[in-house]
Amino acid sequence: MFTSAGKGPVAVDFVDLHRHFGNVRALDGLTLAIEPGELVCLLGPSGCGKTTALRILAGLDHPTSGEVRVAGKDVTRVPANRRDMGMVFQAYSLFPHLTAIDNVAFGLKLRGIASGVRRKRAGEMLELVGLSEHADRYPHQLSGGQQQRVALARALAFQPSVLLLDEPLSALDAKVRVQLRDEIRRVQLEVGTTTLFVTHDQEEALAISDRVGVMNAGRLEQVAPPAELYSAPSSQFVAEFVGLTNRVPAVVRDGTAAVLGRQLPALAGSVNGDGLALIRPEAISVVPDEQGPATVVDMSFRGPVTQVRCELHRADGGEPIDMVVQMASAAAQKLTIGGRVQVDIDSAAVLVVPV
Amino acid sequence: MPMRRARSLVPLVGVLPFFAYLLLFLLIPTVVVIVGAFQENGSFSLSNIHALTNAATVDALRSSVVLSASTAVIGGLLGALLAAVIASAPETSLVRRAVLALSGSLAQTGGVSLAFAWMATIGLGGTLTTMVQNALSIDITASGWLYEMPGLILVYCYFQIPLMVIVFLPALDGLRPQWREAAQTLGANRFQYFTQVAIPLLLPAFLGSLLLLFANAFAAYATAAALVSQGSSILPLMIRAALTSEVVLGQQHLAYAIALEMIVVVALIMGAYAWLLRRSSRWMR
Amino acid sequence: MKRWLRWLVLLVFAVYFFGPLLSMLDFSTKTGTGGRSGAAWKALVTNHEVLGAIGQSLLLCVTTVVLMLVILLPTMIWVRLRLPRLKRLIEFLCLLPLTIPALVIVVGINGVYAWVNYFFGYSPVVLTFAYVVLVLPYAYRALDSSLSALDVTTLAEAARSLGAGWLTVITRVVMPNLGAGILSAAFISVALVLGEFTFASLLNYQTLPVVIDLFGKRDAHVSVAAALGSILFASALLLLLSLAGTRSRGRKGA
Repeated sequence: MFTSAGKGPVAVDFVDLHRHFGNVRALDGLTLAIEPGELVCLLGPSGCGKTTALRILAGLDHPTSGEVRVAGKDVTRVPANRRDMGMVFQAYSLFPHLTAIDNVAFGLKLRGIASGVRRKRAGEMLELVGLSEHADRYPHQLSGGQQQRVALARALAFQPSVLLLDEPLSALDAKVRVQLRDEIRRVQLEVGTTTLFVTHDQEEALAISDRVGVMNAGRLEQVAPPAELYSAPSSQFVAEFVGLTNRVPAVVRDGTAAVLGRQLPALAGSVNGDGLALIRPEAISVVPDEQGPATVVDMSFRGPVTQVRCELHRADGGEPIDMVVQMASAAAQKLTIGGRVQVDIDSAAVLVVPV
Repeated sequence: MPMRRARSLVPLVGVLPFFAYLLLFLLIPTVVVIVGAFQENGSFSLSNIHALTNAATVDALRSSVVLSASTAVIGGLLGALLAAVIASAPETSLVRRAVLALSGSLAQTGGVSLAFAWMATIGLGGTLTTMVQNALSIDITASGWLYEMPGLILVYCYFQIPLMVIVFLPALDGLRPQWREAAQTLGANRFQYFTQVAIPLLLPAFLGSLLLLFANAFAAYATAAALVSQGSSILPLMIRAALTSEVVLGQQHLAYAIALEMIVVVALIMGAYAWLLRRSSRWMR
Repeated sequence: MKRWLRWLVLLVFAVYFFGPLLSMLDFSTKTGTGGRSGAAWKALVTNHEVLGAIGQSLLLCVTTVVLMLVILLPTMIWVRLRLPRLKRLIEFLCLLPLTIPALVIVVGINGVYAWVNYFFGYSPVVLTFAYVVLVLPYAYRALDSSLSALDVTTLAEAARSLGAGWLTVITRVVMPNLGAGILSAAFISVALVLGEFTFASLLNYQTLPVVIDLFGKRDAHVSVAAALGSILFASALLLLLSLAGTRSRGRKGA
């Protein structure tokens, strides 16, 4: 109902973007193609360049070299106020002297749309984000979550070709964060705008994206749908940044890794010979066994699942290996702290990294 | 019950010295002025209040208002300009710190030193005077304008501009960069950002600062007293004349009346200032 | 704003603000015959009247700062600790001198000062009482922002639980942590006292500004020299304060 007539969703391309600040390389050759209507997340630790990339796309920053293309056209030199992109900032971006509805209508006012039409459209946007009753409130009268919803409505009111979100949930409470991220995804799917979302919270990224791009030190490590990123990380950085990982000794020969008594396919990017296999906590299972190689050290009840910490004793008598196992709480009830357990893996493939 | 009430009153003893001090040196003098304005020859009288409507007093009031308003507006605009120039600099920038420190000291600079600074520049035998005299053979001190309204305005701006910088800078600092960037992404050019976002947001603080400058100039005494050795062109100088007058006794109470007039004006201005401050602080968080 | 425009604006303001200061330097070192002389400046340390006035003003600075701290500091700390509901009232009272012009206070203070003179004599030092009132708004603000940055209640509770009495809490626990605010209040007070003219002249005391004004007709060069001296001194103090302020900000800790 809201896709602009004649203006379908557009593709966005980053072409070999570099951004240097003196000696610091904020972006070191970023190339990424975003499909029309896709929600792509840029995920990474602070300083990885994700916000820089977003701001360059918005026009608030300029690359040292490289191109930005929207719908195939080079927009690198186009000023920010003419790029037709809606942006949601981390916080404090609503104009304090305007009511919620006037904030939302701001972009429409700038485009010369008549007052009556403006108000109606802004009202519809506020309804889309569920804030119709707060239309005449001022930002300081709204909660953080409500302010961000207004910001979202404002960014979409003028039907931009691209939607940009710069860590919009980071400043909010945990519970509000979860609610709002689902809202954002719902709205984005309904409106169908190509969207770039920047965050350092990997759970957020996995929950709402079509694809996630993990960034590190100005470079893209891997771009893939969330499930693929989780189960088939292409590098140690990705495996360790996204979700928890255990590192268990393994030996790789001819593409097969021998780990914890099992033979599993080694993912592309694994080393040959001795290495450490990166295994997810939920891929490991433990059962009580007097002869088992591991000892239960600690258990942390998390509701439906329990996190169990074990120490795996090595055959060669070296330092025991710390492992974090995630299992159903019902099964965890059978374990005792200090008791010995047998360890088993259930994983389709593993990434083995150097020791 | 009485025991508990007595216990909660004991801490009040701690602030007794403070209140007593203020009572003696601030509140009693003020009350003396207010009461004295309505007295003449030891009894209640409205004659001094009535004297406020004399031509001379009304003239002095008008001049005071003109002086205060013009230096508030001029000082306000120029001060806002200077503040805008340093607002964009980071907090540790040398220029910003230097301008702020200088503004702090110039805003407080005693009026006497100020008056002499300008007399040394464009007064009789002043540096600029001699320079212009030697170069263009024009005597800029001829009309004695330095010691009249134009001169007062020029000299007052010397402390009004720094005061504006100090008072208005926090408002400029409170303009978040996100607002500017949000406006840009929504399609606003520079002009639209200024007229639709920045100026509406800064207006209450700006007007409030102007009011503060007005009150400051209105109440100022030292500079005018040093520049104008004789005469009562503005209200403060009129008070001086009434207090130091050796010719006409009983002028004391006229001084009270004029002082009361000053309190009323300044109180009104400061009240409006407080109201505006509360309005704008809602946003600047 | 464009860089060159910024510097141009700063330059114009610099000329407006430093010009008169330079003129003062020029004027105070001129002689009638067109040469240069340091006579006016020498007079600052040799002329009795001037020297006396400088001494009185400096003494007033010290007494004002001390009395201001004695009156204001314990009161503010006490209110914060035990009478938080009085905070607004105290704040209003401290900002009142901004609304009641000094000129007005001086008009009404004659009666009170008759008593002061009776008890303390006729020395200019008695101006201290009035000056503390004038300085109140600025000192209050400086001390208040310093106090707000400190969690006074927790500090006090910790000290009390260790056995400290209220006097110890105020003098040995809270005050040492207020260094920045106290310094700031002190410097602003000094700047104000050095330039205060209204009270001194209308109550007939010979402080520095009063003498500068008197000399204006007698020997303008000395006046200007003294005026420039006091501006530079006050500015140096406030500059020092701002530099110390920004340096100590980095050292704020638990």
